[in-house]
Amino acid sequence: MAASETWAKWRYRLVPDHALGEILSKNWIDTLIPAFILVLVLIFFGTQMPNFLSAANLNDIGRIYGEYLFIAIGMTIVMMAGGIDLSVGSIFALCNFVSLALINYLELPLILGIPAVIAVGGAVGLINGILIGYLGLRAFLTTLVMLIIVRASVDMLLLDYAMIIGRGFNASLAWEFMALGNIFGIPSSLVAVVVVAVAAHLVLTRFRFGWHLMAVGGSRRSAYNAGIRVKRTVCATYVISGMLCGLASTFYAARLSSASAGVGLGLEVTILTAVVLGGISLGGGRGSIVKAALGTVIIILVQNSLIRMGLMSGASSLVLGSVLLLAVAIDVRWMKNRSKILARSYVSPTYFKLPPLPETAIGSDSPYALNDKLRGVEAIGLGELDGPEDMIFDREDNMYCGSRHGDVIRIFAPDYTRIEVFAHIGGHPLGMAFDARDNLHVCVGGMGLFMIAPDQTVTKLSDETNRSWLSIADDSRLRLADDLDIAPDGRVFFSEATVRYEMYDWMVDALEARGNGRIICYDPKDGSSRTVLPNLQLPNGICVEFEGQSLLYAETWGCRITRYWFDGPRKGQRDVVIANLPGYPDNINRASDGTYWCALCGMRSPVFDLAQRMPGFRRRMVQSVSRDDWLYPNMNTGCVIKFDKDGNVLDVLWDLGGEAHPMITSIREHKGYLYLGGIYNNRIGRYPIPDADPNWTSHDSYWGELT
Amino acid sequence: MLNRLNQERIVLLISVILFIGFSVGLDGFLSGGNILSLVQNVSILGILGTGMAIGVIGRGIDLSMVSTMVISVAWMLVMVNDGTNLWVAFGLALGFAVVIGLINGVLIAYVEIPAIFATLAMGVAIYGFGKSFLVGTDVVYLPQGESWFYQIGSGRFLGIPNPVIAFALVALIVHVFLQFSKYGRYNYAIGDNLWTARITGIPVRPVMMLQYVLIAVIALLAGVVIATSVSSMNTRLALSTQVYDVILVVVLGGIGLSGGKGGVRNVIVGTLLIGILLNGMTILNLSYTAQNIFKSIILLAAIVIDTMLNPRDEQTAQHGDI
Repeated sequence: MAASETWAKWRYRLVPDHALGEILSKNWIDTLIPAFILVLVLIFFGTQMPNFLSAANLNDIGRIYGEYLFIAIGMTIVMMAGGIDLSVGSIFALCNFVSLALINYLELPLILGIPAVIAVGGAVGLINGILIGYLGLRAFLTTLVMLIIVRASVDMLLLDYAMIIGRGFNASLAWEFMALGNIFGIPSSLVAVVVVAVAAHLVLTRFRFGWHLMAVGGSRRSAYNAGIRVKRTVCATYVISGMLCGLASTFYAARLSSASAGVGLGLEVTILTAVVLGGISLGGGRGSIVKAALGTVIIILVQNSLIRMGLMSGASSLVLGSVLLLAVAIDVRWMKNRSKILARSYVSPTYFKLPPLPETAIGSDSPYALNDKLRGVEAIGLGELDGPEDMIFDREDNMYCGSRHGDVIRIFAPDYTRIEVFAHIGGHPLGMAFDARDNLHVCVGGMGLFMIAPDQTVTKLSDETNRSWLSIADDSRLRLADDLDIAPDGRVFFSEATVRYEMYDWMVDALEARGNGRIICYDPKDGSSRTVLPNLQLPNGICVEFEGQSLLYAETWGCRITRYWFDGPRKGQRDVVIANLPGYPDNINRASDGTYWCALCGMRSPVFDLAQRMPGFRRRMVQSVSRDDWLYPNMNTGCVIKFDKDGNVLDVLWDLGGEAHPMITSIREHKGYLYLGGIYNNRIGRYPIPDADPNWTSHDSYWGELT
Repeated sequence: MLNRLNQERIVLLISVILFIGFSVGLDGFLSGGNILSLVQNVSILGILGTGMAIGVIGRGIDLSMVSTMVISVAWMLVMVNDGTNLWVAFGLALGFAVVIGLINGVLIAYVEIPAIFATLAMGVAIYGFGKSFLVGTDVVYLPQGESWFYQIGSGRFLGIPNPVIAFALVALIVHVFLQFSKYGRYNYAIGDNLWTARITGIPVRPVMMLQYVLIAVIALLAGVVIATSVSSMNTRLALSTQVYDVILVVVLGGIGLSGGKGGVRNVIVGTLLIGILLNGMTILNLSYTAQNIFKSIILLAAIVIDTMLNPRDEQTAQHGDI
């Protein structure tokens, strides 16, 4: 082996490249951008300003931060539903005035005063909500006009009452606590806002209202079609925003007792900058309270520090405007290109070297030599079936197979021309097996393991397994359950082809050549599922052996068949049965003479085998060539092999020209015939096996003959 | 008869009624001095409105217009006061406006930030930039000079106040641009349906750039008229709500915010109504804040009516179109 190849082998074994794509596909990845900016801000001001991190300074900032965050949470809620609220600054000013009037001047008790202030904020929010939610006005202009109207009203009120209000003073301890109090050194407003933030987070992520809100923001039209009351939800967000402005203003009023015209001036731009910087998208559907909190921290640190560094108002609005533009630009570009970046970095090839390709030429003495045995085999359900990946027979000889439309199809014996939908599950049914009580077990791509009783009732057996601790992607959900078989004690062993790709992308998994799949055991005794064999290269066919203590599994991209002992003296051990197939093995099933059939769904080619040894080449291909032009394994031709338990290949069946059965994914022997299925095929083939036992059925082989 | 009433005609009708009402009911409304000041104030609003109309027709908006106007003109006056040649200073201010228009255009057309948002942030940034680097004081005064340039805002030509002539010229040029030039027609197509325009092969992004450059240049012209009529430029104007008056004029005249509709005629009609209204309220001695509330409520009503007459098409409305 060349030195460079040794290097590639170890480099791809040791560096977990796939982690990058999996991290990027996490939902919380957007939060990393504001978190990174926050670190930069902390480093910059921490080194530039001597007492930046002093307790007194932090306490001051924390108090203001609490007030801001109330408003930012309100803005976040509005924006996540697809709106925007520019009137927050004015509502804040109005509520500040009302707080001073009610609590300072009229000396109302706080228990009445604060709810009254919140109600005033909510009332203005309600006007916004009715105009935008129910009348369908544009949020931006409407709240902008509201900003002017409310601001002008406050100015008029101040003109008449500022002097009187300014003289008021409320001596209650609670009011003073709101202004100056600490709980364990944490400012009162910050404590209050944390409570509100946790509540808001729970509502957004766990409650019906939050989900409706996200749905409306994500796609208004779809939310409407799904029966969500869009108008009411939108209206409610503005009311909440107004109420939170009111709450914020009470803390502000308690702290400063200021009735000047400058209160809340330009606040809307500050808050907007904060939440957009945090990563709340314009247009809705994306965001979280944590992001809003992060963005607000950044803005408040920058703003506060700029003032303390003695910058003029012009410079600070320049900074604010530029930061806002930069944040929105990053947000817009990130939203647009996220999927592209993800697509480029998700596929992460590794090194894989196959043994030399076995000979298949006609006339060679290879066991795989081409022949024409499958030419002109009888077709069942031609044109009526769509994607029968696997098929199986019940005790009455009726045949069952899957279809791409999400149905399990029953084809009636004896002539196999009458077809009906046996059960509708919704995903593409793949591997099938009957248990001792005639229940049909099906692996459904994208859904999991299902059971169909003889009376056609469908039961979900499993759609998750234990999450592996070191996996970055959540691998507990089943993405692509593929084939299964049932042990004598009723345990179901089924393969999940890959945990990194959805069913429609299964072939991309070949480009990675990593063990992304696994075999899972479902135990009907307690209904649990556990991964028994992780890290397999697209595990596909599974067949419990005649002795009932071991199973054979095929790894499609690994081009090998392996035995796994799940019971008996060698429990837990594995040995390779066939190490070097000329193609990609799919389903394995029992044959009547005590051997096994295996379908090869595609054939290896020297080019692709070489590419598997050059991960860098495949990475460059994925990144710079369009998807349709990628080099894939050859899936246009296949064959069926028969092998014994020692791995000797006894027979091979080819369809030269590949017109009827180009890609064979499954075979099933039943009463002297071999039935052939293909996941992209429009028929089931029927091949008479010479010298086969005409009474043998796999049902009897597994569960004994009916007595 | 009734079905021939569209927003433009209704607004025109209301203007005429208000004009007659104010003429009869308000002392001094019809006096020569008042009509002159009405027309002058309205002209500035009209020039700004004409610029804004280009953006709104192309389904955009420019909230940075007043900031651009204030900072570019104030900077020009600062340079002239420092002894720079008037025309050199004007050329530099023009260059400044064009650069702002280009930045707006890039942000909106290429970075794809929603126009309303990009220009809001740009407005804040332009003001901050101007106050930090270009203009030191709040108010910059117009120096004395002999050039006809100084007469743009104050003089008369053939008995017509110059601002009115300026408005008429800007309106005529923009009208010709919108109705008869290739890029003007493209602008309508983009406003009507951006994606269709794009598929048809219209250079959507360059046309959008052009929109914002034109708006910025028109803002500069409006600023020159203001500066020469009141002999100064107050930078705090950028913090005022004047830009919403401009939107008011455009929306009131009947140019739908969903784009693709209307023309310069609508701006003139809207300008007339707002001019008469503002003037009447001033004579009635309503305070500035009261006028603000009144104007805002009219704007709100105008938007409500606009929404009802031109409902947003859910099929073509872009996601995130706020």
